[in-house]
Amino acid sequence: MLEIKNLHASVDGREILRGIDLVIRPGEVHAIMGPNGSGKSTLANIIAGRPGYEATAGEVLFDGKSLLELAPEERAREGLFLAFQYPVEIPGVNNLYFLKAAVNAVRKHRGEEELDALDFLEKVQQRAGLVKMDESFLKRPVNEGFSGGEKKRNEILQMTVLEPKLAVLDETDSGLDIDALKVVADGVNALRSPERAFLVITHYQRLLDHIVPDVVHVMVDGVIVRSGGPQLALELEEQGYSLYGRAEGESRRAQA
Amino acid sequence: MSAETESLERLADGGYAYGFVTDVEQDTVPPGLNEDVVRLISAKKEEPQWLLDWRLEAFRAWQQMPVPDWANVHYPPIDYQAISYYAAPKKSIGEGPASLEDIDPEIKKTYDRLGIPLVEQEFLAGVAVDAVFDSVSVATSYRGKLAEQGIIFCSFSEAVREHPELVRQYLGTVVPTRDNYYAALNSAVFSDGSFVYIPKGVRCPMELSTYFRINAKNTGQFERTLIVADAGAYVSYLEGCTAPMRDENQLHAAVVELVAMDDATIKYSTVQNWYPGDKDGKGGIYNFVTKRGLCKGARSKISWTQVETGSAITWKYPSCVLRGDDSVGEFYSVALTRDCMQADTGTKMIHMGKNTRSTIVSKGISAGRSQNAYRGLVRILPGADGARNYSQCDSLLMGDQCGAHTFPYVEVQNPSAQVEHEATTSKVSDDQIFYLQTRGISAEDAVSLIVNGFCKEVFKELPMEFAVEAQKLLELKLEGSVG
Ligand SMILES: Nc1ncnc2c1ncn2[C@@H]1O[C@H](COP(=O)(O)OP(=O)(O)OP(=O)(O)O)[C@@H](O)[C@H]1O
Ligand SMILES: [Mg+2]
Repeated sequence: MLEIKNLHASVDGREILRGIDLVIRPGEVHAIMGPNGSGKSTLANIIAGRPGYEATAGEVLFDGKSLLELAPEERAREGLFLAFQYPVEIPGVNNLYFLKAAVNAVRKHRGEEELDALDFLEKVQQRAGLVKMDESFLKRPVNEGFSGGEKKRNEILQMTVLEPKLAVLDETDSGLDIDALKVVADGVNALRSPERAFLVITHYQRLLDHIVPDVVHVMVDGVIVRSGGPQLALELEEQGYSLYGRAEGESRRAQA
Repeated sequence: MSAETESLERLADGGYAYGFVTDVEQDTVPPGLNEDVVRLISAKKEEPQWLLDWRLEAFRAWQQMPVPDWANVHYPPIDYQAISYYAAPKKSIGEGPASLEDIDPEIKKTYDRLGIPLVEQEFLAGVAVDAVFDSVSVATSYRGKLAEQGIIFCSFSEAVREHPELVRQYLGTVVPTRDNYYAALNSAVFSDGSFVYIPKGVRCPMELSTYFRINAKNTGQFERTLIVADAGAYVSYLEGCTAPMRDENQLHAAVVELVAMDDATIKYSTVQNWYPGDKDGKGGIYNFVTKRGLCKGARSKISWTQVETGSAITWKYPSCVLRGDDSVGEFYSVALTRDCMQADTGTKMIHMGKNTRSTIVSKGISAGRSQNAYRGLVRILPGADGARNYSQCDSLLMGDQCGAHTFPYVEVQNPSAQVEHEATTSKVSDDQIFYLQTRGISAEDAVSLIVNGFCKEVFKELPMEFAVEAQKLLELKLEGSVG
């Protein structure tokens, strides 16, 4: 489903990703862990197509198509979703209205008819129930005045409504209380299917208790230094990243 | 024309789709302004002596007045001698507004292209239209149907001929000839416009609308609109405006007067899309307009809604004089500027009667290198016990070369008044656009989503069909302004 080969990427002329290789197959859940500043969000942004993030070498294939040439909205319409580490507020734009515009943009791309208002509302209400989000949030402007946890929950709501093929979750668990964490996990698990895949970026094992990954990767300094099964996350929790040459990475970057 | 070339053209002309010129034979007065020109206009319209005298008095006053310079707009001095003050399509002269069947086919085509077919059954059901082409009204639809209820909806010239007593009773009572520089000029040389009278207790059964089109070169358009709603009457009125693209600036100095008697309501909506000039600020309409409503009777209400998307310069402050006790004034505005456009717009709410209330909601959107100013005055006079005002002025910036300014003036002379003012400024950020894009929404749609969200409190005040039009117009105008 997602195939990343020797990906190098820079921001503001500074190289952040230095040769990433990653293959995610349908039905799989991959987790990426790694110290602050190691490039996890950069990878997510490159996949989503954020302006200013430039892939300097390598390729990213999504269902065999090269992602890097597509505009962000085209990637989304192809079935890619990014839950942001810091979701932005959009004053004045009603949450429900926004969701509808998004769903219909995707449907149009697939040559499907627009959902009628009632069917759409029913679907959103059902999903809002799933992520235990009060319906009053649907009437508010997108993320405006939402607490940190509410914003994350809103990301998951969008994911469950848009039903992407591949969802990238960037620290969606950070800043969540125990119940909210459970909600995020339930949202992901509800969508899990043999056709869908997830890339979950996290610092904490506790999310992976609920969303059991197939593969865990450790990213340090813009490269994946180790990959393994779920037990790798437990190891990291105990030992930290010191084993993986963090210090070496830091000094090399200082020289660059 | 294929969709592709059409959109290319649109890109080339900065989104202005109404810039074509109609080829009709015109009767045009040579450029220049003096008393003889004023007399000539009056004579062409076969006006009574009192109206000529009124014009001449205004002209003499205008000659003594200084050009106002307090607005936040900049332009070279206007040469009033270089403008022609009257232009009319030849075929319509003399016989007054034609019946719908005998309008010049070229003019009919023009309105078709503008989306305003002058054929009753084809136009939006339930909207009567007065079409003003340069200096004269060329057609008014649904007149018969309206007349059945005693409603008068006709061109201003016709009103002078057919209902002189009504015109004389109200003309200049809300905007006196000496009110300001452009109002004085308009009073001297106004050519045509619309006249509406709704009799006591009548609720006008359809939207009334005037479509103003400037076509001729080097001419100014000076129309005059007068709307009177008698006791208990209701009317909703809409005006739309476009002009061809020309490299020279053209002057549009209109005056609109509204009078609402006891328990009457007038809702006045404008979708202004005059040619704004090109990307570098060449050409475009100078839109210097005086609009004022008098809430003369108790419990009367006047509500202004404007969507200002065009003109090189907009200088316009639709206002309400709340004289009747418990009368209500409202002002809802969206003003969009892009490229080199300049807008200085807002309102005045003058509270005279007891328990008068006013609401001001202003939304300014600036893009490109444009400047957008809100200027408003809330004045509570000593007799206005219990007066209340709520004002909200929001600015939305697109890019970092544009400007938004707010000048709210408040003068309170009665201690029982409650005046509230809120203002915000926000910017459409790249992060917002990207966020929406990652949900499958294109960058252009993301911008319109944000802009429409920003404007929705104003759009909801527009009659349904026009709200949709206004929304589309904004989308068109913002094409290419982000990303
Ligand atoms: N827009 C940007 N401008 C400048 N530097 C950036 C930008 N985005 C990322 N970086 C830099 O790239 C490096 C990697 O950042 P990134 O956000 O990818 O880390 P991360 O692994 O997600 O960290 P965290 O765990 O703290 O979220 C950091 O040094 C960061 O400062
Ligand atoms: Mg991060």
